[in-house]
Amino acid sequence: MKYTTDKLGFYGNYGGSFIPELLHRNVAELQKNYLKIIETKDFQTEFQNLLRDYVGRPSPLYPAKRLSQKYGAKIYLKREDLNHTGAHKINNTIGQILLAKRMGKTRIIAETGAGQHGVATATVAALTGLQCVIYMGEKDMARQTPNVARMRMLGAEVRPATSGSKTLKDATNEAIRDWINNPDDTFYIIGSVVGPHPYPDMVARFQSVISEEMQMQLAAQTGREYPDKIIACIGGGSNAAGAYYYFLDNEKVELISVEAGGLGIDSGHSAATGVLGSNGVIHGSMTLLMQDKDGQIVEPYSISAGLDYPGIGPLHAHLIKTGRTRLVTATDQQALAAGLQLTRLEGIIPALESAHALAALDMLNFKPDEIVVVNLSGRGDKDMDTYLNNLSL
Amino acid sequence: MSRLQKLFNNKQNLLSIYLTAGYPQRNAMLELIPLLAKNGVDFIEAGMPYSDPLADGKTIQHSSSIALKNGMNLELYFKQIKQVRYKTDIPILFMGYFNQVLKYGIESFLQQCSDSGIEALIIPDLTPEIYQKYYQKIFKKYDLGLSFLITPTTSDERIALIDSLTTAFIYVVSISGTTGKTDDFSAKQIAYFKRIKKLTTRNPKMIGFGIDTASKYRIVNTYADGAIIGSAFIKAISDNDYKQKAVDFVRKIKS
Ligand SMILES: Cc1ncc(COP(=O)(O)O)c(C=O)c1O
Repeated sequence: MKYTTDKLGFYGNYGGSFIPELLHRNVAELQKNYLKIIETKDFQTEFQNLLRDYVGRPSPLYPAKRLSQKYGAKIYLKREDLNHTGAHKINNTIGQILLAKRMGKTRIIAETGAGQHGVATATVAALTGLQCVIYMGEKDMARQTPNVARMRMLGAEVRPATSGSKTLKDATNEAIRDWINNPDDTFYIIGSVVGPHPYPDMVARFQSVISEEMQMQLAAQTGREYPDKIIACIGGGSNAAGAYYYFLDNEKVELISVEAGGLGIDSGHSAATGVLGSNGVIHGSMTLLMQDKDGQIVEPYSISAGLDYPGIGPLHAHLIKTGRTRLVTATDQQALAAGLQLTRLEGIIPALESAHALAALDMLNFKPDEIVVVNLSGRGDKDMDTYLNNLSL
Repeated sequence: MSRLQKLFNNKQNLLSIYLTAGYPQRNAMLELIPLLAKNGVDFIEAGMPYSDPLADGKTIQHSSSIALKNGMNLELYFKQIKQVRYKTDIPILFMGYFNQVLKYGIESFLQQCSDSGIEALIIPDLTPEIYQKYYQKIFKKYDLGLSFLITPTTSDERIALIDSLTTAFIYVVSISGTTGKTDDFSAKQIAYFKRIKKLTTRNPKMIGFGIDTASKYRIVNTYADGAIIGSAFIKAISDNDYKQKAVDFVRKIKS
């Protein structure tokens, strides 16, 4: 099985580039140059040094003893929450901003849901001295206020997206329109493995450091360089893509993708795209999409802003359709409970997104001694209001 | 020869109006299209509203969202087009986003267009490359035109590719931007229009995006076969008096 893109950017039937002609030149320029640039020694040196000295990589692979005891498996947490700015998102923004600079771009735009990608983008814009505009759904601005403040302190302009569901989908629409309107100086740093080719492939490459490190860390800690299971949450799918990347061709590794079940799969209020979606085009790529019979995009719902998205990266649509990944959904309540459990068992407050991945532990059966890696994509600081309002603490 | 082709062969300074089906009222298109035809509009782009119109600015985003709230859907859209067909033979184009066509089923969609008397389609997010590789064969089974967009950043070489795939007219986007920008034409834009005028293409050319006054309408007609007006028209017909406003708008543009 092949899990890479073809010439037009398709993973099997998914991906490609479905964009208005207005974006053609910019996207084509990126398609032509991204591999050329990121494979140079000069780029790799700067990228690797920043990941080490600025982000704090490698992120630890932590054997979670009390969690392991509870579930009867060897559970490891890949600690992306310990990265600078608090999530995996910065792996990607460092890569993209180095690319933007080499392509001579001076203005950075991005969309954000939970605000983690917005913060990670504002951070690297500050680091490189580039102008930065972040689009964020009005609803998300209200539920992730600490991140809005961080972006502003970092010098970014945060523009509210006020259309549709006022969440990640709409912020992405606004960012794409901004790019259409500013075709010369602007680089669009997409926050997940979504968007037109080459974004899904490019973002997956920048996030692949997660599984690259996992291989070495597992070899050192367990004597085997691959786990039995990897569990990751999926919004657009970038933390999962990074955690799966070097294991995609190793069928011995079971990949478990956790989507946001919101109020329940059948409630009409969820973001479980893999389960409820059908083939469609969103944000420039063919993928699975939550839509009505007329192809109108359905507004998703999740308590977690980072998972509140009606699409899914085309790589994941392909993994789902080929049966390479197993899909699981976790509801708001299950995620909140799993977040609290990790906090009480291990002293780690996870992001609500990552709490969805943790919730899957309750839904799986483990053989004793099975090695399970949960990708802990981010920390929960940004979610304190939501936790406090929903848990009786 | 299609009505659209005849029009291009016989007439200059064409005026095409974009409207959003279901805006400002659910059934507005039924009256607007015949009325526009009577008042000298040459052909119509009937926009099927979409939840996420990426190439559109605020005005058409707004009209689309109102139209969807008014209950516009594809079944009603095709029904209304068929009804309009009894009243006027003005050429009508479908304008919408690729996902709407894809979800409906491409063949069924094209069949419906044919059956409803639609002459051609404009699908801004269907790229020439993907069309050529995956969909051209299907489209060719139907006697429908297809228009592709070019923009100020489209190279001559790419325009040649687009011209070879186009079977209606080349949609010359006047600016590097979303719909609804109303600044005066810049020297750069005029230079672009001149470049486009000089290019020999198989297909006629229509200039659209950002045309909102009689003077801009006159200017673009010196460089192309006609003009397409969308956002400015949508803005003009926002209230209950939309029929009169539509007539006034066309008169003003043609004055
Ligand atoms: C901590 C965290 N995890 C996961 C996600 C979901 O994104 P993705 O699926 O691209 O990893 C987000 C998005 O904001 C996030 O902040």
